[in-house]
Amino acid sequence: MNKNLRVKSSEYIDETNRISFKFNGKTYHGFKGDTLASALLANDVHLVGRSFKYHRPRGIMTSGSEEPNAIVQIDPGTNRTEPNVRATEVEIYEGLEASSQNCWPSVEFDIGGINNFLSPFFPAGFYYKTFMWPASFWEKYEFFIRHSAGLGKSPTSSDPDIYDHRNIHCDVLVVGAGISGILAAKNAAKNNFKTLLVDEKNELGGSTVYENNEFNKINNKIPSEWLKKEIEELKNIKNLEIKTRTSVAAYHQYNYLLARENLTDHLEAKDKTNKIRQRLLKIRAKKVILATGALERPLIFNNNDRPGIMLSSAIKKYSEFYGVACGSKNVFFTNNDSAYESALSLYNKGINVEAIVDIRDQSESKIVKKVKEAGIKIYWSHSIVDTTGYKRLNSISIMKLSNDGTSVTGSKISILCDCLGVAGGWTPAVHLYTQSGSKLKFDEEKQIFLPNQNTSEQISVGSCGGDFRIDEILKNLNQKLKDTLNINETDLDSIKVEIDQENSKRNIWLLPSDKPLGKTKPFVDYQNDATAKDIKLALREGFRSIEHVKRYTTTGMGTDQGKLGNMHALGIIADTAGVKMGELGTTTFRPPYTPLTFGTIVGRNVGKFFDIFRRTPMNDWHVENKAEFENVGQWKRAWYYPINGETMHQAVQRESKAARESAGILDASTLGKIDIQGSDASEFLNRVYTNAWSKLAIGKCRYGLMLNEDGMVYDDGVTTRLGENHYLMTTTTGGAANVLGKLEDYLQTEWPELDVYLTSVTDHYATASLCGPNSKKIIKKIIPDLDLSDESFPHMSFKEAKIGNIQCRIMRISFTGELSYEINVQASYGKDLWKKCIEAGKEFNITPYGTETMHLLRAEKGFIIVGQDTDGTMTPIDLQMDWIVSKKKYDFIGKRSLYRSDTMKEDRKQLVGLLTEDPNVILEEGAQIVSELNKSPVEMLGHVTSSYFSPNLNKSIALAVVRGGKDMMGKQLFVPMENKNINVTVANPVFYDEKNERLNA
Amino acid sequence: MFLINCPYCGERDQQEFKAGGEAHIERPKQPTELSDDEWAEYLFMRKNIKGIQFERWNHSHGCRKWFNMVRDTSNDEIKAIYKMGEKPPAQ
Ligand SMILES: [Zn+2]
Repeated sequence: MNKNLRVKSSEYIDETNRISFKFNGKTYHGFKGDTLASALLANDVHLVGRSFKYHRPRGIMTSGSEEPNAIVQIDPGTNRTEPNVRATEVEIYEGLEASSQNCWPSVEFDIGGINNFLSPFFPAGFYYKTFMWPASFWEKYEFFIRHSAGLGKSPTSSDPDIYDHRNIHCDVLVVGAGISGILAAKNAAKNNFKTLLVDEKNELGGSTVYENNEFNKINNKIPSEWLKKEIEELKNIKNLEIKTRTSVAAYHQYNYLLARENLTDHLEAKDKTNKIRQRLLKIRAKKVILATGALERPLIFNNNDRPGIMLSSAIKKYSEFYGVACGSKNVFFTNNDSAYESALSLYNKGINVEAIVDIRDQSESKIVKKVKEAGIKIYWSHSIVDTTGYKRLNSISIMKLSNDGTSVTGSKISILCDCLGVAGGWTPAVHLYTQSGSKLKFDEEKQIFLPNQNTSEQISVGSCGGDFRIDEILKNLNQKLKDTLNINETDLDSIKVEIDQENSKRNIWLLPSDKPLGKTKPFVDYQNDATAKDIKLALREGFRSIEHVKRYTTTGMGTDQGKLGNMHALGIIADTAGVKMGELGTTTFRPPYTPLTFGTIVGRNVGKFFDIFRRTPMNDWHVENKAEFENVGQWKRAWYYPINGETMHQAVQRESKAARESAGILDASTLGKIDIQGSDASEFLNRVYTNAWSKLAIGKCRYGLMLNEDGMVYDDGVTTRLGENHYLMTTTTGGAANVLGKLEDYLQTEWPELDVYLTSVTDHYATASLCGPNSKKIIKKIIPDLDLSDESFPHMSFKEAKIGNIQCRIMRISFTGELSYEINVQASYGKDLWKKCIEAGKEFNITPYGTETMHLLRAEKGFIIVGQDTDGTMTPIDLQMDWIVSKKKYDFIGKRSLYRSDTMKEDRKQLVGLLTEDPNVILEEGAQIVSELNKSPVEMLGHVTSSYFSPNLNKSIALAVVRGGKDMMGKQLFVPMENKNINVTVANPVFYDEKNERLNA
Repeated sequence: MFLINCPYCGERDQQEFKAGGEAHIERPKQPTELSDDEWAEYLFMRKNIKGIQFERWNHSHGCRKWFNMVRDTSNDEIKAIYKMGEKPPAQ
């Protein structure tokens, strides 16, 4: 171990900048520019993880975001730790620590590895079939499954980093900065399109910057040299913004894309602080150019997953870009020419290439000839039938492939090797393309899915569009750019390309072994351990739809979404079922393309910015006076005001008594307030409320109930007639926005002929509600010249007044059943008003009370709270509020529904009062109500909606909805609880002052 | 995320809007004259089409105006947008 495999100096690796990092507790060294994967490979470390089901040792397979195996936990044990990170994407920094996932106790000795030897018992759907029964055993299974299977660990303390969101609007977005993306962005920007170019890597250029095949030339230069000059020129182009380390996670409709820009992940800890770590870019682009490239396909053969088996293209990148040899005895296994480029790349650096195993019978391209000249042995028409080596590949066995490709013949040849590069051709990276809703078509000749039907202004260029040869790429790119940007000439018109590349490829989705399939392990999905065997089993068991096979075998269900093996899975299904690939369709690729952190998704919307708070103008006073608060919608409302260490119950009992015996004060500013004006305002109210409004005199108030068109109670509140054509409507605190929306909807769509204007004034006024027998005296002290006599200012009326110079509106209305006044002032005077009331009320022991006491007091009176005693299924009749439903009005919202056969049924749930046999027992809100105990099945008659201990009645009271409850007065029912049954009696819901005498006390 | 061309404000992001169900369902002028079935037809029955659908939308975080949209629900293409009270475009 710790052998140095750094073979060549690379311009992308800074060998003067040595970096030490830890992997699984052991210290290694790499250089600035390395990824965790390249640095580990340079140290000859291939074994980096265990597979999910069988816990087979797995090694680094790729050099990019498609990596299925090298999934690591970064900086474990810190508050910055992140699971499920691909080692191929982590840029190393001083002090980096990483560890393997999915192994316990360690990657070298993993107890779950025993699953591998038990694998005959782990077929497709194993988890579904086995752990389902007996159900009581689940807890035992769970312990082992959770312990030995793992997807990493979440941090246990809060994230120290800052995340950000940014909106970007551009003319052209180019995704991917390989040769196609660079040329597309350059030409778009030069033609005055505001252009954004993004790439997930830290360097521009894609695979072409290390493309040193001497037989390909662009303008007489090898492609890498030519492209580096193009990249250099990008700096001088206006209208072009370039973002590296930025991966597009999602491509939604209407060219709306989400990308994650990574800003500090590559920095060492001390440089990360107080910087934005990641930024979510919300991009709306007029045109999108996808240049996402292609992913190399593996080949599916027996034991194709051992550490040391990698994609051929990855071996080339590690060699050319990072200057790292992945092995010292290399073999390639291919069905096309691209493995020969990788082999030559190693050979040119003096690294041993033992052989190339090619399933084709020949290829005549120059590069193949060159490999032959180099003396590298080529086995034509051969296939790998097995591999050996548990934690690292040490040999392969090959046999002659039959002409039809379904079997192997002849004698077995064994080749010793520590690294195998597999090359199965290329799959266009169409993931983002399909996310946008655009449709693919299968190309039988190339055996790939290609973009076919675009749903937005977009093009796919380069290899993601199906062009793999550099001459085709540039020719088609040129035409596509002209068409989509509507331009006549581009830089590409004058480019000369020379190329020598053989296109021939022999596609066999599942390569045969000398053993029967049942005795082999040809992995299709490396991360989820799905083999070709599992897929065939699923088909035998009757699964046909690709989506079903995927879920049953878990193929493509890992964090990598099966980027490597999905095509093979489809191919094997098609071959087995005897259908064409094109008819089978493909699975859906879903965002995100690569995993996103929660931090990126939420951005700055954390802590106190998580949701909006609304506070009343009196809020400071409540805080100073130690109120406890409750959330009502977005509002923070004073809940109760404990003094001298009172419990909530004690505080509420005290507040409730004080409000009835002398004076209480409530901050009612949160109630929704809608200013209604216009010559048809009265008619409008007639149509939206159940009761009649035309005859309400100016200066009078009326309670109204609003229904939905289905007849169910929607909202309630008191509305005051301020003038001939002017009303002030109040709504529930939580319902204000919806009520306004509903009223606007009717005005705009059903009754546009009405002359009515609605304005939300909830935030414009602060409201102090004074109640209790002494409330009149307090008002008198504040506004001495106001006539408060019952004749001049009766219940349900309104007066304008002045407190000093401050204009106020006073409504004599009551939600507690006590004599009560609501004073409204401009919001900015709210706190002053409140303090004045408290000051003036001192001699009457004025007691501030919160929402809990308000709820208790109104429950004593049997007043409903919409949303607590109703749930969208209660009509006014169900609530025993027939009195408020006008019989005379021809129509109002919901009227017709009150006469539907269903709403007229006698046995609907109806609102009643409940009294417990033992007056000290308080029912639980939500508790079920039954008429008979010990009956099976239990007949649930209804449930408790509000329940309190009333200090004024000295007994517990409750409101409930009970099936047929209206006709059950005095009947005994039961509330079964966990440990006891509570006997209750149905009662009138008005428990206190049934004759309303206290309103004028 | 759609880009919706509000007839009063112009192109805005979908998050400023609220969908309001099927369009062109007029509230009966004389509900009390209707049978239970006829009223239920108005109250409950809504189409849920795969393909061209007529919908109501509200620019709730903008001008708060309601308008109509013709949308192909199979690919979310917005075919047309027109004001309340205007006739739907010919098919
Ligand atoms: Zn608008």
